[in-house]
Amino acid sequence: MIWIALRMLTGDRQKFYGLVFGVAFSTLLITQQLTIFLNLLERGASGVYNVPSADIWVMDQASRTADVVYPLPSTAIERVRSVPGIGWAVPHLRANASVRTADGNLEAVAVVGVDDATLIGVPPRMAQGTSAALRQPDSVIIDDVGTIRMFQNDRSPIGKRLELNDQRAVIRGVTDSFPNFTNQVTLYTRYTQALSYVPGTRNRLSFVLVGAADGVPPAALAERITAQTGLRARTRDQFAEDAIDYIIENTGIPLNFGITVGLGFVIGVAIVGLTFSLFIRDNIRQFGALKAIGVSNSKLRWMVSAQAALVGLIGYSFGLIGTVLFVWSFSTSPTFKSFYIPWQIPLISLAAVASILGLTGRLALRRVIKTEPAAVFR
Amino acid sequence: MAISTRNVTREFRSGGQTVSVLHGIDLDINSGDLTYLVGESGSGKTTLISIMCGILWPTSGDVRLFGTDIYALSDSQLAEFRLRNIGFIFQQYNLLSSLDAASNAAVPLVAQGVSRPEARERALSMLEKLNIADQATKLPNQLSGGQQQRVAIARALVHEPSLVVCDEPTAALDAKSGRRVMDLLREVAVADNRACIIVTHDNRVFDLADRIVVLEDGRITHDGSYLPETH
Repeated sequence: MIWIALRMLTGDRQKFYGLVFGVAFSTLLITQQLTIFLNLLERGASGVYNVPSADIWVMDQASRTADVVYPLPSTAIERVRSVPGIGWAVPHLRANASVRTADGNLEAVAVVGVDDATLIGVPPRMAQGTSAALRQPDSVIIDDVGTIRMFQNDRSPIGKRLELNDQRAVIRGVTDSFPNFTNQVTLYTRYTQALSYVPGTRNRLSFVLVGAADGVPPAALAERITAQTGLRARTRDQFAEDAIDYIIENTGIPLNFGITVGLGFVIGVAIVGLTFSLFIRDNIRQFGALKAIGVSNSKLRWMVSAQAALVGLIGYSFGLIGTVLFVWSFSTSPTFKSFYIPWQIPLISLAAVASILGLTGRLALRRVIKTEPAAVFR
Repeated sequence: MAISTRNVTREFRSGGQTVSVLHGIDLDINSGDLTYLVGESGSGKTTLISIMCGILWPTSGDVRLFGTDIYALSDSQLAEFRLRNIGFIFQQYNLLSSLDAASNAAVPLVAQGVSRPEARERALSMLEKLNIADQATKLPNQLSGGQQQRVAIARALVHEPSLVVCDEPTAALDAKSGRRVMDLLREVAVADNRACIIVTHDNRVFDLADRIVVLEDGRITHDGSYLPETH
């Protein structure tokens, strides 16, 4: 009977395509919007992801994220180093500045000052050059998204000169790193160099990056640092979460994406529900005839379920393929760099599609079940 | 005895009032007979045939098919009983529009759980019996009314039921096609081990009946092998 049900469904091509389109469109909308949403959220934590060697980020109690920072006095680094269990602790500066390019354009940039000695703080992957180039005078390394943004047609910015706070900066390398939330250009330089690139305030140190000594759990060490220094210490994962939470709490992004995802669900219910109900209405005499012949309600339930499952499977696959194509086709764009589809999202959209089909299928089935077989004699 | 009804009544609620459609019907139908159930519109013949084949519950009374009290069965048992024992031919054919003729004829077998290839094979041989095997791969909308009704007959007979119920099988056909369909029904549907009931008011085919039962206002007013002129 499943075969008959599927033939009934696919035989009515218009409605079949309509159902598949409805499910595919819903899946695409839900999956694609959730993908963009989660990737954008993760970008809020890009500053943390770009320094994977740091186990713990130490900061002022008022600091919230890598970009929302209240500076520390430079003595903080010695206080942190005095805590037992520390493997290493290095200064890390993050600040905003304006840069003037050789052709006179002005661009807002994020300046990241990394430890002069170890260069901890530079993203580990380089697209061009090496991080060791920072040891040369006036050197900066630019992020790859920044390169595209500042030098659209010239793919290699190596050797290009910039002007930061009346100081000369020469680009010596390009990182392959996670872009930040606003796609702002990021320039990496040595900590001492960074102090001259960003406008001066009394305290300049943003973070102390800490590596735990061998065998010391970062979470316990972070608690110890806080207890001993009074500074806020967060493990890498905690700090990444803080950044994501900050965006969720302080921007309208979750609401906007939530509305779109909700709309995807509603549109799915509307299109699929309407088409399914039209399909059932058009075939109600056939269903009645099947009931009269002796097809039981439980078999009819299986039939309608099979129809919903087929539509769901095809529509969901198309929707998912659409999302993959979307992510793939924009993967070279700086806006969508490093975007990926977390495995949870297809599951969420699958659950949404199952709900849509469960809801609409149930409504359609009610009509079939309520149909009296005797109606076919009228 | 194929069918036995005793004191069957049926009432409907309409506009807040109770309308009595059947008034204590007692009727026995034997296997091997081609029985016509005739009467004016609203006489209750469709209601009676629906009750006799287990798709409409009587308000009161007893209905037995081949000795089984069918309304004592559960819904699923009754559906299974219909599937095994009854073949239906509807006025509007009610073929599945996306299945070809052979697949349509095979529906009762598929519903019984017979494998699709075997069901199709048996359906094809039934279509052959009905001289329509050459149309086996056509969809219902590619067939004429008479051809569709023959596919419907094949569907009603393919699982070799003990009772065949036809509701106005010639109503949607012209006189010539209607006669041909009724001749065919007489030829293939009637068998010693099978009862065949046809609801009709097409008096052009009354000569084919073994027995004619006339209903008027929910009561049997005539039961015999021919229709007297008073009707």
